[in-house]
Amino acid sequence: MKKEVAIIGVGQSAFVRGYEGSIRELAFEAFREAMQDAGITQKEVDASIFCSAPEYDKQRSPAGVLAEYLGLIPQPTLYVETVCSSSSSGVRVAYSMIKAGLHDIVVVLGFQKMSELTSAESQERMGRGADIQWEAPFGTMMPAYYALYAQAYMAKHGVTHEDLMNVRIKASTYGVINDRAVYRKPVRPEDFRAGDPEAKMAAPVAWPLRVGDCCANADGSSCIILASAEKAKALSKKPIWILGIGAASEAVNMASRPDFTKGLSVTYHAAEMAYRMAGITPKDVKVAEVHDCFTIAEIMAYEGLGFAPTGEGKQLIREKATYKEGRIPVNVDGGLLSKGHPIGATGGSQIRTIVLQLRGEAGAMQVPGEPDIGLVHNIGGVGLYGNITILGRD
Amino acid sequence: MGFEKFGRRSFTAVTKTSRFVDLLAEGKVEGTVCKDCGEKYFPPRADCARCFSKNLDWFEMPKKGRLETFTTAYYAPLGFENDPPYSMGVVDFGSGLKLFARMAKDIKPEEWKVGMEVTVRPIKYEDGQLSFEITKV
Repeated sequence: MKKEVAIIGVGQSAFVRGYEGSIRELAFEAFREAMQDAGITQKEVDASIFCSAPEYDKQRSPAGVLAEYLGLIPQPTLYVETVCSSSSSGVRVAYSMIKAGLHDIVVVLGFQKMSELTSAESQERMGRGADIQWEAPFGTMMPAYYALYAQAYMAKHGVTHEDLMNVRIKASTYGVINDRAVYRKPVRPEDFRAGDPEAKMAAPVAWPLRVGDCCANADGSSCIILASAEKAKALSKKPIWILGIGAASEAVNMASRPDFTKGLSVTYHAAEMAYRMAGITPKDVKVAEVHDCFTIAEIMAYEGLGFAPTGEGKQLIREKATYKEGRIPVNVDGGLLSKGHPIGATGGSQIRTIVLQLRGEAGAMQVPGEPDIGLVHNIGGVGLYGNITILGRD
Repeated sequence: MGFEKFGRRSFTAVTKTSRFVDLLAEGKVEGTVCKDCGEKYFPPRADCARCFSKNLDWFEMPKKGRLETFTTAYYAPLGFENDPPYSMGVVDFGSGLKLFARMAKDIKPEEWKVGMEVTVRPIKYEDGQLSFEITKV
């Protein structure tokens, strides 16, 4: 396995509703933690990359503004965007810069302050992350797009609303113990009881998806510090290596999607690329973070990542195989469903979770058995972009 | 006609495919076909990605297809607040041609089934906007 680029520092703000501060202050929270974790100063950072989905705040070209606030000028800085997978794409660019020999230490900072918009405004922005010419005129939004996958997939593979509910219940199990999560309450089966006005998870949003099937909008930031092998060995006691990195894209329009019963094609393509690069198989993965923007997305990801055969993803949740003590623990930090989904910060937050797991520093969320290889699956848009990062320890 | 007339609310004013809206007004739902290599496109394109030609013509979409998947939205984004509930789906016409659209409002959500035979028709909204929708055969 190649050990050429490592992660030497990770940080994340608390994910919250209505952050009491500006985007630069929000960004600083994750940056401070990551820099203290790496034990370096700004002088040692060669470049910075900022990642978010545009149009949630008023700042245009945020990289320069945030680089200044973080004390990272006059070093080069730039902005990278693939909506919900922006910070994974930022890590991909940072990896390339270090591998090319251009820089030794690069900071990747993902951020999003969604609370400046109402929920309806946010849905409109998200919908415009898809096809604005041919689809947005119908009133599309993210839950509706994922519901198209859910409807066809559930019909073909016998996945039930109870399976979806169980994904949400698993997420809440870990949201409760993650002090950075936006949704820290437990979720119970009675919260999904149809027709019960007290059951706040049961109301349909875009059928077959209900309120409880959708992730939580949040404000938040994440920071990943990458280093060359030489710098990592000199600076870090527990470097976490990037073993494989895969990315893929797909047609934006639903009319150009080949098969709704197989899940997102970008997951399959990016996974194949990342596994090949890392020289491992899905069986080698001991802990994973997958993009559970909706409950159905987690079940489809099990299959795209090779944790289960096509159509059998439901078995993993039925057998509790993706709980912390299970065969392949998934989203044991609460996932997007409970930890929250501050779009541009999400990928970096997922990577932070896996880094902490591999270092054995995940606290109450720690997976037993000293995991040595972890995987991060981060999707942008409705499977428009797919990013997979495979990490390993010494 | 300008493309701002397309759909419940258009986000695109100018496109080389704006004839699509004129065709809707004439009662036709059409895609584009490359005159040089024969590749067919829906949604319509002005440029052929296969042979790089800009020599495209219009062709009428098939009348019958299969409902591949659908959803019913009970919540709407900004600008569509008065519309829910509304259904949207994907129709597969075979040989690689598919279409995404809203579904006829006069049919109850529970009547739609994955795999059922459906057709597509142009519609005009009260405010003059032009679109097309999926309906039963």
